[in-house]
Amino acid sequence: MSGLEQRILMGNEAIAWGLLESGCTVITSYPGTPASEILGSLVRFRHEWDSAVHAEWSINEKVAYEVALANSYLGARSAVSMKQVGLNVAADPLMSSAYTGVKGGFLVISADDPGPHSSQTEQDSRFMAMSAKIPVFDPASPRQAKDMVGHALNLSEQFELPVMLRPTTRICHARQDVRISKPKVSKRKLEFHREPGRWAATPKFRYLLHLQLNEKLKHLASNPDLYPQLLNAGVDGDTCVVASGVALANTREVLEDLGLFERVPLYQVTVPYPLNPDFASQLLENFRRILVVEETYPVTELQFRQRDRVFGRLSGEVPDAGELDPERIEVLLREFLRLPSIRPRPQPEVKEKRPTLCAGCPHRAAFFAIKRALPKAIFPSDIGCYTLGLNLAAVDTVLCMGAGISMAAGFYHAHNRTGEETPRLAVTIGDSTFFHAGIPPLINAVIHKARFVLVILDNSTTAMTGYQPTPQTGRDVDGSPAPAISIQDMVKACGVRFVREADPYELKEFSALIREADAFSRAADGGVAVVIARHPCLMDRSGREASPRQQLRTNERCKGCRYCADHFECPALVYSEDEDRVHIDSTSCVGCGVCAEVCPTGAIEEQTEET
Amino acid sequence: MIKQQIVISGVGGQGVLFITRLLAEVALELTAPVLSSETHGMAQRGGTVISHLKVGLFYSPQIRTGQADVMLALREENVLLHGHFLRDQGLLVVNKADSHDPGAIDATGLARELGSVVSANIVLLGFALASGKLFCDVDSIRTVLARILHGQRLELSIKALELGVQAPK
Repeated sequence: MSGLEQRILMGNEAIAWGLLESGCTVITSYPGTPASEILGSLVRFRHEWDSAVHAEWSINEKVAYEVALANSYLGARSAVSMKQVGLNVAADPLMSSAYTGVKGGFLVISADDPGPHSSQTEQDSRFMAMSAKIPVFDPASPRQAKDMVGHALNLSEQFELPVMLRPTTRICHARQDVRISKPKVSKRKLEFHREPGRWAATPKFRYLLHLQLNEKLKHLASNPDLYPQLLNAGVDGDTCVVASGVALANTREVLEDLGLFERVPLYQVTVPYPLNPDFASQLLENFRRILVVEETYPVTELQFRQRDRVFGRLSGEVPDAGELDPERIEVLLREFLRLPSIRPRPQPEVKEKRPTLCAGCPHRAAFFAIKRALPKAIFPSDIGCYTLGLNLAAVDTVLCMGAGISMAAGFYHAHNRTGEETPRLAVTIGDSTFFHAGIPPLINAVIHKARFVLVILDNSTTAMTGYQPTPQTGRDVDGSPAPAISIQDMVKACGVRFVREADPYELKEFSALIREADAFSRAADGGVAVVIARHPCLMDRSGREASPRQQLRTNERCKGCRYCADHFECPALVYSEDEDRVHIDSTSCVGCGVCAEVCPTGAIEEQTEET
Repeated sequence: MIKQQIVISGVGGQGVLFITRLLAEVALELTAPVLSSETHGMAQRGGTVISHLKVGLFYSPQIRTGQADVMLALREENVLLHGHFLRDQGLLVVNKADSHDPGAIDATGLARELGSVVSANIVLLGFALASGKLFCDVDSIRTVLARILHGQRLELSIKALELGVQAPK
């Protein structure tokens, strides 16, 4: 039986099935939108089949990459998945492993986020593949993403080099009917062949490995299976479109709707790098005008050596930033094919609510307390739900994972050198981000005598990406018990002499503790002071159980000053213009009671039985 | 061959994704290809949720402006927000109290009478099905409900579905 059944799967789930069907035995990841569900669903599917696959949420993408790679050195199939900015963290092993190559198939899944919807850049992982000199597959649907997993692993084994699969948000999160078959149980014998000239190559051997890599790529580029496919065979003309990924899917649909699929040749590039060199020259020979539609950077377009008749992101026919949604594609196709442009349909100007921390979120309480204690401080922060501390004006910088701590040290040294008084600095970082990239910068700050307050927002989970465990949770990917690493011990081991822990729900005490930490950091023998703000995420069941639940209301002391709505900005605090006062929205309020402490007039109180 | 594009719009907690899944599963039973995608704001409760469901031979996971055959609005305000997806003469079904507009039904009110406000999504779906303009019929929905739900939830859902189907047009 070839097909087991047909199921509606999300792109990420389809990729996970593909990994199991292709016999991968070690699969690692660090959570990040839009890639998070790959490992999460794989663990669920693994249980359906009781297959002995090692799956883990690694501490960061670099570590994830290396753990999985080792399995491929032994001859077995492996995969690592992450979001595109995670690949920056794993760039070191990526570049190096392209040279060493692999024995068993090795798939690097890097999910891009054109838009961007939930990332700091729109960067194109296909450029990372190009930079590392490894091939990359660009799927146009969830179904194709699953099929490409198998093709990519075969190719990886055939040429003994890592191969990348690059889905985008629209593929990762789309759902489609997908045929699945029984996962393959790998019976491969693991063997480590000692080859120091390869696995432990010194620069002299690295040069030879580079030559080998170039040779592999040359052969691979001319592989007929990877030649771009003409989707509408027999269609001819002087103008053609070349596309890949979801932009191909959107292009095809718009062409069909416009009745042009029978008239304009459409080529799908499944492997944008390395682009078959004959493809580019044949196209230039056969067509007068070539439009290249791809996300997000001009990877295919750049591989046309002669570009005077090639149109795309470089030449300006395709916008050079942003997602190519079907509407944008319709506009640019009409322009390129010289069709009348569409009358834009009026779209109402509706203001969408800005994203905000959940009602009762412990991060909000922590930010409010920090802001109250050190109102004039600079607030470097980091990547996670708590980036939304922006709304409370308690987040000033967000660069990349772990950067808040290094930048606070940088701000300190920049001022300290001048001999003038240094500004107050209060950094925030989440628990998962701290483990991911916060430890080296903390050690660095301590040994270089930087002075600042670091607040580690510990909500016992990786909330932003779907509540994956952190190293402190003591829970494995499938919920089974695992050793737990204490943040407090970790911070002490980094050489920090002021380490305290408190619940940010206790606003007054927490604020006082921040002031104490600040005083320590500025004292004669001061340094970095760390406060761990500990309260579980309310979206996690354990978090809800551990939190108080009060029935709150506002009383006649509310003067409609809006202080709570503006400075605490809990979604449950609703200002009514008609009545010029604030009400508590009982459906969203979780009853944490922190706002009662925030109100300057004491107008928020607990509703007792009698009242 | 079936070919239909449906936009389902509401806010978090209203069951937009459940209705999407339900219709996708029905499409699967009818062996029609299906593609869907959902967009919601950054992790927050109560935010706008919209899903695009395409049944039949499509390639793009998204629906373009003016292309949806059907829009199911679980909240009146969302018609303003997402109505531009609907094509001319497309079917609009909206959850709206005290209205005699064609296509309007007080799904929340009816669901409340049933003692289950959260079933408003299924009431609305039943009402839309009764128009005969959806790619599937009431029976096919019933079959899938019986497969994916059990016990009291199934019973409630079937009742909610009937309420919607029988609601005056």
